[in-house]
Parts: sequence; C-alpha cells; structure tokens
Amino acid sequence: MTSAPLIPNLFDVCVVLVLAIVWVIDQILYALAGLIPPLNGLAQWFDPIARQRLGMGLLQSELLIVLITWLIAVTVMVIWATLINLLTMMWVERKFYSRLQDRYGIMISIWSLPFWPFNRAHRPTHRGTGYLQNIADGVKLLQKENITPRNADSAMFHISPVLIASSTLMIFAALPWSSGFYVANLDLGILFIFAAFSLAPLGILIAGWSANNKYTLVGGLRAAAMLMAYEIPMILSVIALVFFTGSLNPLIIVRQQERTLVSLGPLAIPAWYIFSPQILGFVVFSVSMMAEMERIPFDIPEAEAELVEGWTTEYSGMRFGLVFGFKWLRMIAGAALIAILYLGGWSGPVFTTLSVGGVPVPIVPEEAWFVLKIYLISVVFIWISWSVRRVRIDQILNIGWRKLIPYSLVAIILAAAAIASGLWAVG
Amino acid sequence: MTEFWINMGPQHPMTHGLWNMKVQVDGETVTDAKPEIGYLHRGYEKIMEVREFQKNVVLTDRLCYVSSITWSHAYCLAVEKMMGIETPERGQWIRVVALELQRIASHLMWLAAYGPDLGLLTGLLWALRERELFLDLIQLMSGARMNQNYPRVGGVRNDLPDNFEAMCRRSIEHFLEKVDNEYQRVFQESKVFHMRTEGVGKISAAEAIDWGVTGPNLRACGVNVDLRRLDPYEVYEEIDFEPQVWHDGGAGDSYARFVCRFNELRESCQIILQALEKMPKTGPYRVKAPRRAEGEGYAKTEDSRGEALFYVIGDGDDRPYRVKIRSPVFCTMAATPIMLRGNKLADSVAILGSVDVCVGEMDK
Repeated sequence: MTSAPLIPNLFDVCVVLVLAIVWVIDQILYALAGLIPPLNGLAQWFDPIARQRLGMGLLQSELLIVLITWLIAVTVMVIWATLINLLTMMWVERKFYSRLQDRYGIMISIWSLPFWPFNRAHRPTHRGTGYLQNIADGVKLLQKENITPRNADSAMFHISPVLIASSTLMIFAALPWSSGFYVANLDLGILFIFAAFSLAPLGILIAGWSANNKYTLVGGLRAAAMLMAYEIPMILSVIALVFFTGSLNPLIIVRQQERTLVSLGPLAIPAWYIFSPQILGFVVFSVSMMAEMERIPFDIPEAEAELVEGWTTEYSGMRFGLVFGFKWLRMIAGAALIAILYLGGWSGPVFTTLSVGGVPVPIVPEEAWFVLKIYLISVVFIWISWSVRRVRIDQILNIGWRKLIPYSLVAIILAAAAIASGLWAVG
Repeated sequence: MTEFWINMGPQHPMTHGLWNMKVQVDGETVTDAKPEIGYLHRGYEKIMEVREFQKNVVLTDRLCYVSSITWSHAYCLAVEKMMGIETPERGQWIRVVALELQRIASHLMWLAAYGPDLGLLTGLLWALRERELFLDLIQLMSGARMNQNYPRVGGVRNDLPDNFEAMCRRSIEHFLEKVDNEYQRVFQESKVFHMRTEGVGKISAAEAIDWGVTGPNLRACGVNVDLRRLDPYEVYEEIDFEPQVWHDGGAGDSYARFVCRFNELRESCQIILQALEKMPKTGPYRVKAPRRAEGEGYAKTEDSRGEALFYVIGDGDDRPYRVKIRSPVFCTMAATPIMLRGNKLADSVAILGSVDVCVGEMDK
C-alpha cells in the first residue's frame, strides 16, 4: 500500500475550478440580463441547471469548457514547475553551495520589499532566508536591454532561447508528479521526455553558431560533440530498464515499484529498480544525466574559465535569464526521471489517509514524496558539482565512449539475462 | 584545418589581472600562443627616480598587490647594500617572519584563483577563508591588510606587537590542520584535479632555464634552486628548511608546479615557527638610514613567484639615479607559449593558473 495523490486528476481538479469560475460569470450574466434581456440565453447556456431543464448535455463536455480547462491545467503545471519549483531549486542550490563554502549566501528578507506593508523602518532587510533574491534577479533581468550582436544571425540567435525554453517546458507535459498530477498520460512518456530533453543541445549549437562570437562558437561545438557521449549511454541504460518494466509509461513504471521486494524484520525494502540488477544502469544514467543537466564536472559548453560564459556569452536581459534559469528546470526534470525510473517515483513509506467527511485526504501525499525525492537527488548533484572540477572535452568523450557506453551495454546484458533466467519477472 | 585566434583577455575570467593571452586554436587544440602584456604598465622604474629612497617603499608595495612585503623588502635590501648599512638582528628576523607570512598569503591567493580556473568555486572561498588568518597576522604586525608599507630601508617600520607570537602559533596550527585535511583532499587528492593537471603544460628544465623561469615554476622542473638557500639573505642561513623541488617523473607539468607551491605553504609555516623560536626577544629592529647615498646595490630575493631582483644606483642625491626591477612573472610569461602549445584550450587555464601570474609586477 502506498500513499494517495493530493490531486487525484489534474484535469478533474481544473474542471471544478473552471466550473466555479463559470458560475461566478454566470451570476454576473444573469444580473446583466435584467438590463439587457438577450444575454439571458447566454447565461442559460452557462447555467448547469438551466441546461438540464432544456435537455442539453453536461457543461464540462462542451468544447469551449474543455479547451479552457486544458489551458488552465497546462498553466497550473507551468506555474508549479517554473514559479514554484524552479525558484525553490535555485534557492536551494544557492543556499546549499554557500554553506559548502562557509558563507551564508543570499539573505534578502521580505522586509526588503519596497512597498507597504513590508517597507517598515527598523526591520532587518538582509537577515532573512533569501528566497526573494531569485525573483529580484528575474525582475532585474526583465528590465535589462536585449542586445543582439551586430553580425549575429538575428533570427537564429533569438530562436535558440525559445527552442531551449519550450523544449524544457515540453518535458513537463509528459512528466507526472504523482499518479494524478500530470498533464498528459502518454504510453511512450519516457521516450517523449528524452526527445524533449535532447532538443536543447540543438538550441545550444544554434546559439553558439549564430552569435558570431568565438567563445560561443567553441561552446556550441562542444555541446554538439558532447551530445553523443552522454545521450547514447543514457538511452541505452533506459533500454536496460525497459527489459524489466516492459513499458515506457512513467505511471506504470512507478506502479511496478510500489510493492515490497523483501522484508528484513521490520525493514521493508521496496521493489525500486535501484535494488535490482539495474543498479549499474542507475549509475550510468545518473552520470549521463549530470552531463545532460550541464552541471560542473561536465559543464564544458559554458566553461566560464576559458570561454567566459560559453554559448550564453552574448545573451543579455531575460534571454540570458531563460537559457540560464531553465538549467534548473532541466535539473528538476532530470532528478524526477531518476526518481521515477529507479527510486520508486512517488511511492512513499507512509500510507496513512485521513477520512474527512468520507473523502480520503492523504496525510503525506504522493506529491510530497516525489518532491522530496527530487530535491534530495538534486542536492546530491549540487553537492558533487560544487566539490569537483570541470573535466576537459576529450576527457568527457573518453568517459562517455570508453566507460559509460560499455557499462550501459553490460547493464542491458545483465537485464536480459535476469529476465531470460527468470530471476526477475517483467512488470 | 582552419585555425583561429582567441583572445583570452584583457577582460576574461581566466586572466588574473589585466593582460591578454592570444591563443591560436585548431578545434580545441592550442597551436600557438602569444602573451600580450603592458596593459598595467605604470613606469615604476622611472617614477622611482623622482622619489626619495625611503618613500619608494610605498611604490614597491604596489608592484604586486598580493605580495607587497616581499617586493618592498627586495627594494630595501638593495638600497641597504648600496648605502652599506645592515639591519639589526631582530629586524632581520622580523623581516623573515613578515616575508613568509606574505608568501603564505600570496600562495593562498594563487590557490584560491586556481580553484575557479578549473571550475571549483568552493576552492576559492576556502583558500580565501584561511588567507584571512594571515592577513589578520600581517595587519597585527603592520597595521594594513594590503600594501602594508612595512619594510624600511634599515629595518622594519615597527616592532612586533606583544601578543603576536601566540597569535601566530595559533593561526599556523589551525592552518596546518586545514591544509593536511581539507586542502589536501579537495585540491590535491581529487581525481578530476589529477586528470586536469598531470602532463599538461610541460616545460623541460633546460627550456625553463633558457627562458629565465625561476621560483616554484623552475623547482617544479626538478631544478633545486631557491635563493633562500643558494644566496641566503637576511637570516635564512640559520633556518632549517627544505626547498620544495619536484623529484618524481613528469617534471615541469601543471601538477608539479601545483605541488611545489602547495608544499611551500607547509614549509613557510615551519620557517615562521622556527623564526619565532630563534628570534632575539628584544633589541633594535631598525637603524637610521642616511638620506643621501652614492654607489650601486642589488639584491635578489626569493619572491613568491620566483626571483625578484632590484638594482639601485645612487649618485649622491637623496633619490635613486636608476632602478632596475627584474620581475619573475615577466620572464615566466615569455615561456608560456612553450607550455601551451599542443594542449587543449581548456588546459590553457590550468597552465596559466599554475604559473601564478601577477600582472602588477609583470608590467611594472
């Protein structure tokens, strides 16, 4: 048994939200209809009771309402991913590496906001948690001028941030946050996520080439050279996993891990794929994911020591903010993938639900477990990336081709052998 | 293949100061390199001709802002030789302590800068954290954190404060503990660090000598040359220490340069402890220097970056007739194309970080 999701189904939750909004609009329409009688028909079209009386179908099955609901569902996911998790992840990273470096890090407090009721005198403005710092940085970037280098290929130069940002957001269309909190439930969800992941290096190459700058050019070409070295082992290790799961649907993969593998006294080891012959694939996948996230041992496309800021050198204003900040979004997506594929996704050890008037409310919902896992995995990545140096381009190619790809092939053979010998059953 | 030049500077994260390394790359491989210097030329040798002997100490402080005391000390030593005066014994011991404190502070600045060169910002902050200890000691001694203006012609400006010895021992004890544990692990034993530094930026001992490379960079080539041993100044001959020379294979690469400097941190701590032990507890620390002098004097000292030489000529006036400064980095810079050629672009940072560039003294 596992915990229940807080959001049983994102679409259904959003329908309730939309219907509530429609009800408010409907009341306004009825009030207006007293003055302008023709509005009465429109108001009745929006009124569920009137629809029933007139023999029309349910309001939520109308195309207009469905479209609005999808828009709201996507918006909820974007806000959840970028406004909440992206900012929190940036804050976690900045605070965590500051502590590694023996300093406090960002410390802006809410009293530093320049308007009432926060701008009171004698309040410590710089002794807080610093969560608002990233918002302040974002606002600053929005105010900055967007400079296009004179000889840059302007169209390509401006397409690249769009490509990177949109492909990163596409990941979250297929990425579930719990068994109910997702936008789309795709049968080939994992494949879709990888496809969306792999679009960004193309954007990096375009950005590097179009900016007409030597630093960005070298950075972009490095991204292109690196791409093969880590994408192939990553996909290969997922292929090894598919031997076990028999599916590429993240919901099914997580459901398979929700049982207990073995009980050692009071300790129940869950059937996560990390506790299986997939452990080798997990290591390969995590290392490749680090390169995919462009974190420090593998962040050679934007090695700031020799390439100033690599392929992002020429970007300014919010375009820089997009290509820079969405790295954290990709980190969240990468950590979520690791959690889904190997660490049991949103399955958590506590499965208590509270019954409030007959409606079961989970005390620790699945979303909480999933977010906790994402942040723990990310903190490990952050920890690694602030304790090691950057490898060289030839060294990452060596690591990719000579170590990761052979290991991932071994992982495939292991997985195939485990299935063929009957040690492990599919699904 | 198409090759093109990349400007690594003058405004670039790699350059620790204002200079430009033009690097010709073929793909990722460096085929040629041209150091371009002079952005920070201030005409030191000329300015010093119009200032009095004692007042020039202020100028020489600013030759290298991370290693002020060693430079003003070299100048004072040259002027003392020209004037024919000698520092009292306690003054000499205080100078040794000051020089070694400054060497540690300077090496820690290099260590700090070498972190982000290879992508490790944590290293920067850790090394600067411990540098603070030595800046505090220097401040205790001289009253300033930067540009201390401490050595004087004929001695040092002031005696050591009362609690200096105890503070010094405490700081060094704490520092050595950090070096043996944290620094050793994060800087030296890291596998990625070995991957990035071993075998890159090689220069043979013969070439290094030909190009005038000195100091830790030459000792990393396996040449046992340390002016504190070969041509002892002040009281270095009474101190028992081991010049850090690279003896194993793979001499002359970035890793060897790193290890030589890194071990000098420990060695300098030992020198300071010995000096505190052997120094006379009381006595004069300064003699009166004449205002005017005639003659020639030169002094070469072991600066943090190599051999620093001052050559001063006086013509009987109260200011020098001519001053010649030999900067170690200026000569090392000429040898960097040899180190860079054939390595990867990313290695150019690892190499130039390991030779420890200080633009202030390079451009004079």
